[in-house]
Amino acid sequence: MSTDDSDVQNTGTETEPDGTTEAASDGATNEPLLSLDGVEVDFAPGGLVRQYLSDEEIMAVDEVNLDIEENDVVALVGESGCGKTTLGKTAIGLQRPTGGSVRYKGQDVWDAKDNPNSADIEFTDIRRALQIVHQDPAEALNSRRRVRAILADPLKKWREDLDQEDREETIYRYLEHVEMTPAKDYAERYPYQLSGGEKQRVVLGRALLMNPDLVLADEAVSALDVSLRVDMMDLMLELQDLIDTSFLFISHDLANARYLAKKGGGRIAIMYLGNIVEIGEPDEILQNPTHPYSKVLRWSTPAIDPKAAKEAVNEDPPVRQLDVPDPADPPSGCKYHTRCIEAREVCTREEPETYDTGGTEATCFRALSNHEYWSSEELEGQETIGFSRDDE
Amino acid sequence: MSYGTQQQQTYSDEAGDVVMEVENTDVRFDMDRGQSRVLNDVNVDIFREEILAVVGESGSGKSMFAAALLDAVEQPGLTTGEITYYPPDGDPVDVLGLSDQQLKSFRWEEVSMVFQGAMNSFNPTMKIRGHFEETIAAHDANLDERLEYVYDLFDALNLDVDRVMRSYPHELSGGMKQRALIALSLVLEPEVLVMDEPTAALDLLMQRTIINMLTDLRDELEITIVFITHDLPLIAGLSDRIGVLYGFEFIEIGPTEPLLEDAAHPYTRALLRSVPSIDSPLDQMQTIPGSSPDPVNIPSGCSYHPRCPLADDRCRIEDPDLVQVEGDHRVSCFYWEQSAGEIDYTLHGGGVEDNE
Repeated sequence: MSTDDSDVQNTGTETEPDGTTEAASDGATNEPLLSLDGVEVDFAPGGLVRQYLSDEEIMAVDEVNLDIEENDVVALVGESGCGKTTLGKTAIGLQRPTGGSVRYKGQDVWDAKDNPNSADIEFTDIRRALQIVHQDPAEALNSRRRVRAILADPLKKWREDLDQEDREETIYRYLEHVEMTPAKDYAERYPYQLSGGEKQRVVLGRALLMNPDLVLADEAVSALDVSLRVDMMDLMLELQDLIDTSFLFISHDLANARYLAKKGGGRIAIMYLGNIVEIGEPDEILQNPTHPYSKVLRWSTPAIDPKAAKEAVNEDPPVRQLDVPDPADPPSGCKYHTRCIEAREVCTREEPETYDTGGTEATCFRALSNHEYWSSEELEGQETIGFSRDDE
Repeated sequence: MSYGTQQQQTYSDEAGDVVMEVENTDVRFDMDRGQSRVLNDVNVDIFREEILAVVGESGSGKSMFAAALLDAVEQPGLTTGEITYYPPDGDPVDVLGLSDQQLKSFRWEEVSMVFQGAMNSFNPTMKIRGHFEETIAAHDANLDERLEYVYDLFDALNLDVDRVMRSYPHELSGGMKQRALIALSLVLEPEVLVMDEPTAALDLLMQRTIINMLTDLRDELEITIVFITHDLPLIAGLSDRIGVLYGFEFIEIGPTEPLLEDAAHPYTRALLRSVPSIDSPLDQMQTIPGSSPDPVNIPSGCSYHPRCPLADDRCRIEDPDLVQVEGDHRVSCFYWEQSAGEIDYTLHGGGVEDNE
């Protein structure tokens, strides 16, 4: 398949001007593939009545800065409701931010949509370059269409240079590559005739045949059986190599994030109530995290070694409070302080910035050895969890 | 306490009494393309006050096993064989022979169940308190006494009784609902709690916290827990024993530690090598080639033979019985002694500590 890959690859994406017309200040060659700068997304809370009665807004994403390079992997990990899907959708131009900017190769994505005449890169090209793979492959596929038709869509839309024969050839090559053989037989199948893993390959194929620069994979392996997850992630990494695609991989599961980010040479970003609270290489995030919330997620991820797991089962969760606060009414100061076992008085009133910890970047005062945090008073009152402590 | 007489012979002395005994149990569905056997001649004893994890991939029969324990397989499925429940006192109960009326009380008062995603089974128009009152009334139990018990359960599950009781289901997070449901399933003090992927839809912290709470619940309430899941790391610290389902029957069963540390069945070993976990080495991770058996057309002999690197002619013809590995650890494989040489894995070494 390799000879034709180059063909599959270079549509549109290489159109970045060599002698760039950009202002001298940003050397275009240093522009990341995707750059999120102070991105905010507010939502009106659900329910008509609630919307009518109040003008409060839920900040799903709050001042997020993130650069994604070419051939990069970022695994975004957090609990449900932390804003990771909203951030992902904002990154690929599916959701308009209410503040800050998203730039693709230096071009402001929404500026390209609003002012097409002055844009260096057209909005449609940006949308094509940034693709999504949804969580549930069964729902993402139209059950009445054959695999051939599903995979032909992106080619028809974005590869007008291909005639029908070329399209079929491309589809067969993809199916063979992902070991759905005989390809001609698989091309004629409907989604219900495919296994879960095969459906997910079709969904991935639909995104990859667009020849994207970045794929947002939103819980793309969670619905698969554990034994199939590694296979799917390996496939993503292989395609990352093959067509230089970057992945923004959203997961609630640190074990999957570790696998993908470590093998793909990428980073893990930990998200909490709209903020990226810590980001860094997988080993640093897992072995040497600074943010107490990163430690919570690490604690939450069970070890398979039964001795380690047995010890862990008697530990209390390292949180002050088990449940996530209402995102419509986020805590003052550091938003994590209500659950943080390390929280001190200063955390309740002052919001930390992002600091370099020498290994990761973390949004926590504990990264600074000389911060007033260290002399601030500790907070009282941790929830008791379970029977065990009642007896003491 | 008195028990049935015949249950003690299979296991070593430390294994304890049997609370449920499953013998030669099949679940079949008649389908257009043939008979589907989604549980195939299963034999297993469940010990009193143990936590037994039943592990299997989708299509291994694990949910059918859960349903069979309560005779809750839906029509047109047919459950055959013998499932016996031994109450702490009283006569053994033939579960598959219970009338509908008897089953109704059996399922709450003796063996109760928490299903996957069951937190969405709360009636959205009824407050949580209503669900408890309804269940208690339906079983003619004393309301005040039961509610007092519920308060203890809520405490144990770290739920704010007042807040949760007066909430509608949609006002609670998934984790709160699932914990409330666990409390509801325990309200009539069953002896056995069967849980089918009870934490699958939850966030990791909540998942892990519930897992830790279950060990406390077991100790405090002296109940037996059957925990059904596809997620091996989840139960590594929770379970006393693990039963591995493949092709609609148990292919390996034994105490958690030896089973995980040195699995005997080639499938279990391959499964352990395929599971992404936080601590196992990345480079050993590998998917199991091939696919799980079709329930309409289960392979002859050992159902794993088409995927097994150790399989020979004997495996293609003869179905292996469960044989002893050591103590209570049993496996259905003719060549289990060679599996370690053929399928290598380690649970350590990829861990955080060992890397650099």
